[in-house]
Amino acid sequence: MLILTCPCCGVAADEIELAPGGQAHIARRGPDSTDAAFEEYLFLRDNPRGVHFERWRHAMGCGKWFHAARCTATNEVFGTYPAQTTEPPQEIRDRIAERRTDQPKDSRA
Amino acid sequence: MSTRLATGGRLIDRSRQVSFTFDGTTLRGHPGDTLASALLASGRTLVGRSFKYHRPRGVIASGAEEPNALVGLGQGDRFEPNARATTTELFDGLQAASQNCWPSLDYDVGAVNAALSRFLPAGFYYKMFIHPRAFWKHVYEPFIRHSAGLGRAPAVEARDPDRYEHFHHHTDVLVVGGGVAGLQAAKTAGESGLRVLLVEQTGHWGGRAPVDGGTIDGKTPEDWIGDTLQALDNMPNVTLRLRLQGAGLYDHGYVLGYERLADHAPDAPGPRHRLWRIRAGRIVTATGAIERPLPFAGNDRPGVMLASAVRDYIVNWGVSAGDRLVVVTNNDDAYRTALAHHRAGLTVPAVLDARPEGGGALMAEAQAAGIRVLTGRGIAQVNGTRALTGVEICAQAGEGTPLETIACDAVAMSGGWSPVVHLWSHCGGKLVWDEAAAAFRPDPDRAPIGQDGASNVIAAGAANGQGDLSSILKDAEKAGKTAARDLGGTPSDASAPDAEQPAEAPLAPVWMMPQGAPHALRAKAFLDFQNDVKVSDVHLAAQEGFESVEHTKRYTTLGMATDQGKMSNINGLAVLSRALNAPIPQVGTTTFRPPYTPVSMGAIAGEARGPLFQPIRRTPLHDWHETHGAKWEPVGQWRRPYCYPRAGEDKHAAVAREIDATRGSLGLLDASTLGKIVVKGPDAGRFLDMLYTNMMSTLKPGRCRYGLMCSENGFLIDDGVVARLDDDTFLCHTTTGGADRIHAHMEDWLQTEWWDWKVYTANLTEQFAQIAVVGPNARKLLEKLGGIDVSAETLPFMAFAEGQLAGHPVRVFRISFSGELSYEIAVPAGQARALWDRIVDAGAEWQITPYGTEALHVMRAEKGFIMIGDETDGTVIPQDLGLDWAISKKKDDYLGKRAQARSHMTDPDRWKLVGLKTLDGSVLPDGAYAVTEGTNVNGQRNTEGRVTSSYHSPTLGHGIAMGLAHRGPERMGEVLTFMRDDGKTAIEARIVDPVFFDPEGAKQNV
Repeated sequence: MLILTCPCCGVAADEIELAPGGQAHIARRGPDSTDAAFEEYLFLRDNPRGVHFERWRHAMGCGKWFHAARCTATNEVFGTYPAQTTEPPQEIRDRIAERRTDQPKDSRA
Repeated sequence: MSTRLATGGRLIDRSRQVSFTFDGTTLRGHPGDTLASALLASGRTLVGRSFKYHRPRGVIASGAEEPNALVGLGQGDRFEPNARATTTELFDGLQAASQNCWPSLDYDVGAVNAALSRFLPAGFYYKMFIHPRAFWKHVYEPFIRHSAGLGRAPAVEARDPDRYEHFHHHTDVLVVGGGVAGLQAAKTAGESGLRVLLVEQTGHWGGRAPVDGGTIDGKTPEDWIGDTLQALDNMPNVTLRLRLQGAGLYDHGYVLGYERLADHAPDAPGPRHRLWRIRAGRIVTATGAIERPLPFAGNDRPGVMLASAVRDYIVNWGVSAGDRLVVVTNNDDAYRTALAHHRAGLTVPAVLDARPEGGGALMAEAQAAGIRVLTGRGIAQVNGTRALTGVEICAQAGEGTPLETIACDAVAMSGGWSPVVHLWSHCGGKLVWDEAAAAFRPDPDRAPIGQDGASNVIAAGAANGQGDLSSILKDAEKAGKTAARDLGGTPSDASAPDAEQPAEAPLAPVWMMPQGAPHALRAKAFLDFQNDVKVSDVHLAAQEGFESVEHTKRYTTLGMATDQGKMSNINGLAVLSRALNAPIPQVGTTTFRPPYTPVSMGAIAGEARGPLFQPIRRTPLHDWHETHGAKWEPVGQWRRPYCYPRAGEDKHAAVAREIDATRGSLGLLDASTLGKIVVKGPDAGRFLDMLYTNMMSTLKPGRCRYGLMCSENGFLIDDGVVARLDDDTFLCHTTTGGADRIHAHMEDWLQTEWWDWKVYTANLTEQFAQIAVVGPNARKLLEKLGGIDVSAETLPFMAFAEGQLAGHPVRVFRISFSGELSYEIAVPAGQARALWDRIVDAGAEWQITPYGTEALHVMRAEKGFIMIGDETDGTVIPQDLGLDWAISKKKDDYLGKRAQARSHMTDPDRWKLVGLKTLDGSVLPDGAYAVTEGTNVNGQRNTEGRVTSSYHSPTLGHGIAMGLAHRGPERMGEVLTFMRDDGKTAIEARIVDPVFFDPEGAKQNV
């Protein structure tokens, strides 16, 4: 039962208010993409034991999608940020680096 | 035999009596008794039979860890199996029954298993019931099912009449456990001003301290508890709750609490149980410790009890376990039991101390009281079956040669204490092996963590491995301060109270008594009392190669009973570690899983039962349908009329009548459940071009277009008519079940992919009702109501008009799902009933007939219109359904376009939509498969198609169906063979065009 703070309305939302949306920062592949690229976009997901950037929707609240940086092993949350971005903000990346010196650098982080 | 003492019993009210029944016999106890203490007071040492061997069993413990004294409580609708007598508070009229015995507790046929126990070792069932294979279904499985389970389940027709509810509670600090450690931690944290919730699972505060003695700040523990409670009561920021167990600890400080409000007072108003859903910033687990039994032969006999329990019954309830009590121990604490028994005026013929050197001050005190103490001694075996007659004593260092027989009628055993680390461990807290205490205790360096990555659970007192009263209180005070400081509070300067207790000598671990016991003794030395797992079973598991403690647990069923091994786990893994010759920490523990004790299903369900199980959505016309005899059909959370049978009419006749009336004259449908989503903004057209397979941006204001929506994986997810209200505004109709899902789908893409597009969406499904007026006389009706020009020229097919109809503001869409001349009228929900009534009145001259969802389905199937969820199932693309005409070839992109270009999607061998007409005119079974030659790898017939919709068409007078068939449209006229539900009878159907009725569309183009 996670608590994630919705960056849109500011509510520290209980997990029952939230709907999960899987991995964040996946670039959409359209009609001109190769089979391999399309497969990766549609089906292939990271499954890290460690820091994960993921999509959540404040479904039973303000209705907005947002992103969270969470450790899948410990459920430590490094921060949440608006979904209108293609990569994690610097502030979130700094916080992860500060707390997780042992973490291999994420390709996008 | 056990009995009630003439004096003593701090928890009972001797001035009053309550009566209860056990196996039908009326017995008496006092208010404050538990069922266990009252049974012991009545001399009932035998209270149940064990699960596997049906051995006679008595009360062994005094709390939540009790494995033996499980009873069925109550009767009929209120019957509850497997209740622990030790945690059941007595009330007048309580009814209890023993379990796992037939025909009676005293004469139990299943006890033959005990004689056969030699042949029923660990893994017996796994080895025995595997061959011959064919025996499984008819011989082994029925036998195992018959013998499985401990208590019997409530009757099938029983309905729990009690109320249950959920509570949400937010607090800064949650303290679990109301013993002296919990009280101290709550007081310390409370003094900082933070919100504190202190919960205790039993009906009284203070835990074991009043039983175990000593002094706190110069007072008796009982006085100190009273003063501390008073201080806590005076703090407005502190909440105290009895009979509320911290049952499970989850992520981010979420704790489930299980409160039993009426189990001890069945006539109390309000709910019986309450599930607390607690969020806490810091959690202090002051959950105490549980005493371990000693593994010696016959340690499960009625009359053998935990030393602490024997003491509890004397001090708390004024009940003695027997007249002559032998105490057997590996530590100093059990001497308190000997002294308590002695002080009650009863005899302790001997204390058997397994330690060669014996104990410290408490031993000296016992000896001074004249109690005989034998060091380096243990019990070889126990004499007597149902009632103890004595024990054979032996050297702990030896193999069990009896040295002396001591007559006794009760044995108190103590193998040391295990901290209750369940809550700590539920959410990832790790343990460390404490060599001195021979116990696992919480490792503060590897505590559970909260969302900020910091430890959020603090173990305190005995639950943290602390032994004596002074260190327990100091530890609790530290825990309270840490919790307060972590949350930004300022704890007071007050220091922990000074406590005094006799100093104790170190414990010596005893994992088998005597240490060299031969197999015959090991096979009678029980580890798990409830599941009948003995020392010999764990040895066998190790011998057969089960090295992991998790595997041994499952093979032997050690710790898998309803008590989850609270008493047995540490002994079991210590025995395993010896058998494997590996250190205990290396063997490790099994996983601690919530809840701590079983939680009632009622508490989990809370208020969510009956009409409150899930919300029901009603259209503004619901009451009209109800008063006009609608048979309801659930559609998502909505209730829609299935049909409106008249007197003497069955459903089939009603549906046929409704269709005839609609096709012949005039029908009326409540279509309010249709999803209605407004999409608005300069980029709305562009957005809808991405969402729908067809082009929506070219739609002219005032016109409608049927559209298909696919997932990015290419599969059809929804369909509906889109109306363009003005240049910037579209109204998207969705399926009844799809409105919320499709709105969420739109928002997902808008917010996370095309966030720079200027589009706004709003789900207006409930703001508007929608009334469909359908049939050849539909136009005449609207003309009669007046206000809007509905002529064929002004309002052609797939157009809409806005205006006032019979004085109500409406939008009239000329669209059709039936093939008839049809208007769907959207009206503000609040005016729906008024307009509906006007329509019904005005339509009387054309015998206007309301119709339900079944008539709607039949009419759409007659026209070959697909239905999401019937023709689609998440694996169907629009191209499968012959809907290529609704897929734009001009658009570069739409959701699903790339996916539909994949080789499997463009494969000509896909199953595609066709109409199906049985050769004999009968109705195909819905969902039936068309079979073809040969079988697949599983020996099942190969298939070449399936029925997706099937009805009797009253219009055509025969069965009609739609289905998906291999290369279907290329095989017009071919006959397929479908199988009926029995899998044997065949029914033949011809592949035909899916449009069965009015293929030219003459009826709607008027």
